[in-house]
Amino acid sequence: MRGLSVFISDIRNCKSKEAEIKRINKELANIRSKFKGDKTLDGYQKKKYVCKLLFIFLLGHDIDFGHMEAVNLLSSNKYTEKQIGYLFITVLISASSDLMKLVIQSIKNDLNSRNPVHVNLALQCVANIGSREMAENLGTEIPRLLVSGDTIDSVKQSAALTLLRLLRTSPDLIQMGEWTSRVIHLLNDQHMGVVTSAASLIEALVKKNPEEYKGCVSLAVSRLSRIVTSSYTDLQDYTYYFVPAPWLSVKLLRLLQNYPPPEDPAVRTRLTECLETILNKAQEAPKSKKAQHSNAKNAVLFEAINLIIHMDSDPNLLVRACNQLGQFLQHRETNLRYLALESMCLLATSEFSHEAVKKHQETVITSLKTERDVSVRQRAVDLLYAMCDRTNAEEIVAEMLEYLESADYSIREEMVLKVAILAEKYAVDYTWYVDVILNLIRIAGDYVSEEVWYRVIQIVINRDDVQGYAAKTVFEALQAPACHENMVKVGGYILGEFGNLIAGDPRSSPIVQFELLHSKYHLCGAATRGLLLSTYIKFVNLFPEIKSSIQEVLKSGNNLKNPDVEIQQRSMEYLQLSTVATADVLATVLEEMPPFPERESSILAKLKKKKPSSVPETAETKEHKHIPQAQISNSVEHASSPPSSQHSTPSNTGASVDLLGLGTTLGSKPTTASGLLVDVFADNFPPASSNGLESSGLTMGADESYKKFVCKNNGVLFENDILQIGVKSEYRQNLCRLGMFYGNKTSFHFTAFSVEVECPAPLDNQLNIQPKPVGTVIEGGAQVQQIFNIEAVQEFSDSPIIHIKFLYSGAQQKISLKLPVTVNKFIESVEMDSSTFFARWKALCGPQQESQKIFRAQHPMDAEQTKAKKSTDWLFSTVRTKSAGSNVSFDSKSDWFVWLFALSLSLFVLFYSLCSSPCFTLFAPPLPSLLLLYTLSFFSFFHATLDLQVFIVDGGGMVLSHLLLFLKIFLLFFFLFLSFFSFFLFSLSFFLFSLSFFLFFFSFFLSFFFSFFLSFFFSFFLSFFFSFFLSFFFFLSFFSTLLFILFYYSLYSFFSFFPFLSLLFFFFFFFFFF
Amino acid sequence: MMQFMLLFSRQGKLRLQKWYVAHPDKVKKKITRELVTLVLARKPKMCSFLEWKDLKIVYKRYASLYFCCAIEPADNELLTLEIIHRYVELLDKYFGSVCELDIIFNFEKAYFMLDELMLGGEVQETSKKNVLKAIAAQDLLQEESEEPKGILEEIGISFPS
Repeated sequence: MRGLSVFISDIRNCKSKEAEIKRINKELANIRSKFKGDKTLDGYQKKKYVCKLLFIFLLGHDIDFGHMEAVNLLSSNKYTEKQIGYLFITVLISASSDLMKLVIQSIKNDLNSRNPVHVNLALQCVANIGSREMAENLGTEIPRLLVSGDTIDSVKQSAALTLLRLLRTSPDLIQMGEWTSRVIHLLNDQHMGVVTSAASLIEALVKKNPEEYKGCVSLAVSRLSRIVTSSYTDLQDYTYYFVPAPWLSVKLLRLLQNYPPPEDPAVRTRLTECLETILNKAQEAPKSKKAQHSNAKNAVLFEAINLIIHMDSDPNLLVRACNQLGQFLQHRETNLRYLALESMCLLATSEFSHEAVKKHQETVITSLKTERDVSVRQRAVDLLYAMCDRTNAEEIVAEMLEYLESADYSIREEMVLKVAILAEKYAVDYTWYVDVILNLIRIAGDYVSEEVWYRVIQIVINRDDVQGYAAKTVFEALQAPACHENMVKVGGYILGEFGNLIAGDPRSSPIVQFELLHSKYHLCGAATRGLLLSTYIKFVNLFPEIKSSIQEVLKSGNNLKNPDVEIQQRSMEYLQLSTVATADVLATVLEEMPPFPERESSILAKLKKKKPSSVPETAETKEHKHIPQAQISNSVEHASSPPSSQHSTPSNTGASVDLLGLGTTLGSKPTTASGLLVDVFADNFPPASSNGLESSGLTMGADESYKKFVCKNNGVLFENDILQIGVKSEYRQNLCRLGMFYGNKTSFHFTAFSVEVECPAPLDNQLNIQPKPVGTVIEGGAQVQQIFNIEAVQEFSDSPIIHIKFLYSGAQQKISLKLPVTVNKFIESVEMDSSTFFARWKALCGPQQESQKIFRAQHPMDAEQTKAKKSTDWLFSTVRTKSAGSNVSFDSKSDWFVWLFALSLSLFVLFYSLCSSPCFTLFAPPLPSLLLLYTLSFFSFFHATLDLQVFIVDGGGMVLSHLLLFLKIFLLFFFLFLSFFSFFLFSLSFFLFSLSFFLFFFSFFLSFFFSFFLSFFFSFFLSFFFSFFLSFFFFLSFFSTLLFILFYYSLYSFFSFFPFLSLLFFFFFFFFFF
Repeated sequence: MMQFMLLFSRQGKLRLQKWYVAHPDKVKKKITRELVTLVLARKPKMCSFLEWKDLKIVYKRYASLYFCCAIEPADNELLTLEIIHRYVELLDKYFGSVCELDIIFNFEKAYFMLDELMLGGEVQETSKKNVLKAIAAQDLLQEESEEPKGILEEIGISFPS
């Protein structure tokens, strides 16, 4: 067919895909026009075009015509045309095609042909298509061909396999019936090809109906025996690379695997001999170096081992098989290593060879580590899994864990499952199990499926002895800087359940546990966060002392306003639960998880689902009884949120509950354990209903105004368009006088006005309420008063409800309100002095009378912050410093004032001293001001030292605070200098004053003495002259002193006035502004 | 039982496909694409067997051609490898040191030969001699029928009769 060759060459020469398509389209158009043209085509042309179409189709293009021409070819007498026709049909025509009838007709014709080549073509076509329609039409004809005496061998072969194909597609249509024994006896056929084909057919028939074909066992054994014992020269062309008839041998061995070991001892011995021979041959030196020889030989060997494993009766054979495979484990052919590992997997499940397989553990582990092909490593993992038992579990699991770190991603998940199963199945010590699983999560967290970590939690919960260890281990594992989310899940869950077991250790105290978990919170996904929130609420129950920190977390906007509804709801509900519920309720709600019902491991189910073939069933069942079976019923996730699951309880009772509405109500204390959830959740805050009444029967909005009265005695309790209700109440001891004022806001009458008081169950014994009667009519715009006398008999938690009913313009109005009577109103203050107080205080020592509350500071004590605050608010805000055991607080405002005051005062003193210096300062001694100055400088000194202490303790701080500190210190020294300087001036002035005083008196005495004394010796004139001179001197001195005094006082009054003024100004300034 | 056999070149071009189970064309193309990429990605020293979905894939490379068979889990991998080898031997014998081009230009012959070796996914005739004998008989019939054809008919011109 040159045309076809030319076309193929053209296609191959096409440079691009486009050119190829162009060429093909051109050819398709050509063929189409040829087929459609009126000129009749002869067989050869048809064949050529059909062949081209076939080629185009095989190139991957769609062919939508030419089928008819191909069917026409089938009826051609020429063999090649027929052959191409059949080829086209087998490749292109689908079983449902309309043309199938025509095709089957042609096939029938050919089957009846006397030319065996034509018969074969037809049979091959049937075998290739194998549709149901063919089975219906040809189901009787083909078996007849198979067993007929005059059919030639090659037709028999084709007929056998064609029949097999039809048997597979439509087993119900092929009835062998009376031909059974003749089919079986095909195994004895002289022609090896016939036997090969027939063996396949018989195997299929045996699978369908083992009893009917039981006779084939002995025939197959004898045939196998003959092949195995024959020399490779005996079978001529059926010997394949020195291996006698490998295909037939394998088929016979497979056939025998459909039956249990033969009962007939002769057959059985013969079969055992065959198997031994095959094993022996494997030990012989290879007859050829070619791979084909070894492949064929080993193919037979592996099939024989499969049969040995299947029979599972001869320990000797099993062990030999195992040893043989052990040799293959180190074979240089990758294929053989692969197959050896695969077959050993099966051997490991047999009780006879299990021990023998275990001998190769080291080799398998080596191959796990050194094999370059992932599929071989996968087999090694499978084998390790299969050979694992109680004795070597720890070692194998350790090896697998080690390998897991570097394992291929494609097999990790399966490995994780396997390790988890092995660890669980063979765990003697459950601490080991916990370690293994945590390691798994650490190494391959991404591949740890939900089932695995559910399972570890199940087991920890079901086994008391391991809980403490598990808590400790997860706590340690969580301390790693980077944890996998699955680790956080496991850690969160286990700490939530069993965190109390390790809380005794200060290194894992409740707050440490909580903070550790919470440090991971922000790195986790929504599901994990939900789980952690559940853990937190469990912590509230386990460790009440960290309740406030947990509430902080629950309260944070990130949680309460989280876009994820689940997280939002959980934090909201848990927050309310922790706020409202008492310890008892919490303990009941958050009780430890009950043990899980024991069921088959969910991991195992998962592995089975993933790889049905790789889980050896027998090993499973053997070990079953040892496994501590537990199963998480639905999922841990569901169980991990006990409060959410509890929601159903109250809603069953009819009072629908929304925790979102929960608020703080004082004294709501559920008394009974049963239904306490209903109490907490349902009583106070039912959701609003549509008819203007809340479902507990209260009018809308009544609750909000009721809450206002918790701390208030008078006010408006209720108001709507027509009615306003005011309350005035007085309390004395256990008595209350409560006045209700009903104000009619309309201009119409309220008629049939009535007020009823309802005290629900426990309250009627606790409160005694006596309402004064009220008139039935309230006129428009009028206000009516009703007095209630209430006596508190014992403490109570709920409030009475009043129902107000009246008719307004003919319509019945009903308002239900809570009477604002709360237990705190009856609490009175008691006057007492300190001794009585302490006497009473000490009397309170009973355990119920004690209550302790530990709470977290509103603002953390941050040294950095404090310092910053102190320096920036130096002027105007309060700084408190603690010193020497007593609290000394300096108000910096007054501090500042003191400084200024001291400054002005010292300036004043300075002027004062300066003024007094020139002459005596007898009339204005600056001593008191000096004393004041000394006091001030002492205070400033004290203050500055304190600051200095703070400065030293803080180890430095902001520059600003340094500056201020140095300013203070400077002022301190300035004051000291001033005081010393003024003291110096004072002393100087005192000295000068004394000196002038002395001079005055001295001159006076001197003049007096001289005048008196000289009068005795000298003449009067002279004495007069002297005395006059001295008197003059005296007067001079006297006047000069007088002048000085005058000058001094004028100066003094002037200068002393000025500082006094400035002082006044400062006073004024400070009092005015601060 | 063999499910299908694929022949493709190192460039991933499919040269021959034989399906022993019925699949829609789309599925066939998908499977082919998947397997071609899977097998071509494997390194030379790796093992010739693969687990793929619930089937086993046995492949072998001859020069630039990959022969790839899908068999059921119970089937013998080594022997499947030898079926491939036998098929290659047959092609080699028939074409005389076969190459990819022989299979491209005589694809129908390759199909016929495979039909003789295997039928319905099972080995039919393992004797090389017998298969070649059958193919030779076919060729003989072909030559007989083609003898009277003239060169003119070959190029599509025929005399009106």
